Amino acid sequence: MGGRESTLVLLDEKGIRCDGRKVDEPRRIMIKAGGLKNADGSAYIEFGDNKILVGVYGPRDVHPKHMSNTDTGILRVRYHMEPFSVSERKNPAPSRREIEISKVIKEALLPAVMLEKFPRTAVDVFIEVLQADGGSRCAALSAASVALADAGIPMRDLVASCAAGKVADTIVLDVNNEEDQAGQADMPVGYMPQLKKITLLQLDGVLSPEEFKKCVETGVKGCEIVYELQKKALTDKYFQNRGDQ
Amino acid sequence: MDNRRKYVIPGDVITTGPFRPEQNVILEGNKIISTMIGVTEIYDDSVKVISLTGKYIPKINDLVIGKVISHTSLSWELYINSCYVGFLPAQDVFGRDFSAHADELTSKLKAGDLVAARIANFDRTRDPLVTIADRDLGKIESGDLVKISPSKVPRLIGKRGAMIQAIETATGAIITIGQNGWVVVSCENPEGLLKAKKAIQMVNEQAHVANLADQVNEMLESKSES
Repeated sequence: MGGRESTLVLLDEKGIRCDGRKVDEPRRIMIKAGGLKNADGSAYIEFGDNKILVGVYGPRDVHPKHMSNTDTGILRVRYHMEPFSVSERKNPAPSRREIEISKVIKEALLPAVMLEKFPRTAVDVFIEVLQADGGSRCAALSAASVALADAGIPMRDLVASCAAGKVADTIVLDVNNEEDQAGQADMPVGYMPQLKKITLLQLDGVLSPEEFKKCVETGVKGCEIVYELQKKALTDKYFQNRGDQ
Repeated sequence: MDNRRKYVIPGDVITTGPFRPEQNVILEGNKIISTMIGVTEIYDDSVKVISLTGKYIPKINDLVIGKVISHTSLSWELYINSCYVGFLPAQDVFGRDFSAHADELTSKLKAGDLVAARIANFDRTRDPLVTIADRDLGKIESGDLVKISPSKVPRLIGKRGAMIQAIETATGAIITIGQNGWVVVSCENPEGLLKAKKAIQMVNEQAHVANLADQVNEMLESKSES
């Protein structure tokens, strides 16, 4: 079911994928906390060929005023792809897809951030995709959570995110662009590793109940790998050249 | 219990057991979880995290340095480097017999003026109320403003004011530290002023270094010889 016809061999006999990875192997991931001087918090992530920069501002005054909430702070997320982030120029105006991803990322971050501590304020998250490859929403979510922690927004846990999918009838971790185009299913998962709670779950494609379960488990495993790197990014920025630990 | 200071990030489990969660921690089941990047402090019955980042959140009785942004006929609004604006009622400056038509607010404080103030009242339902009716409070007439990260203010003050005293005695400057991360330095001697400002910036940039006090002292002394 699903998937486009292509001549690309997605999975060979030895279980090696089109970019040389094993089925349970994520792409190369690099996360760096900080980097933007004028933002309250920021992060940069390279997730395979994705390159994403996130800036967090706030808590700050809400404009327009009518958006503010007297009970709690509000979270605003903008996911934006640069015109040069894809091979053919993308119109910089927010597309339907970008609006959806902004909403999805916002809702995936909300269970983690404790905005009730800052009533009548807003926290703004700006996500700029400098270079896009498959799975940019997962990479963006992981980076956004690091940037929020960097900004000192109280959080119950970091949100790590990674996709899983079905390619050539096999459940694989971290679907790349080719596999996303030609594969059978793609499932981005957002996960709070310490609280063991899922905050984002989408599915594009068709899976049987067993496959669905396995796919979620694979995705969560990927999130745990991402979480370790998020932890490292924050530790490197804040606790490097400190005495103990 | 393990009393050692630990470095934590949001979501890290600090400890389990019957502890009272204080600053920047939450209780989830019987686990105590950090909500900030910071350093843990475990006491006999409570746990807290000293955060290393974040904006200034007003607390009652904090001394802050604010900048007048505007005024109405009854009050001024102060920018206090926070997500909330400070509210300074005119009675506080003019006294009880303040009258909205007789007194002109701009005669005392104009937009752009710096004010040392104390947070008189603040809760989540309204903006912080500040007062300048106290000794050492009020309009700041002279001095240089240095902005540092609010989370590094305790480091600048040091243990029982040790760090700030060291800087003041070495340079002869008078330093007013606002809990909101704004610091006013005034000094007769321009060299002392420069040195004090440099020392404050040094604390801000290297707050995490273990023997910071020694390094600051070294910097203060080395310059005074030349």
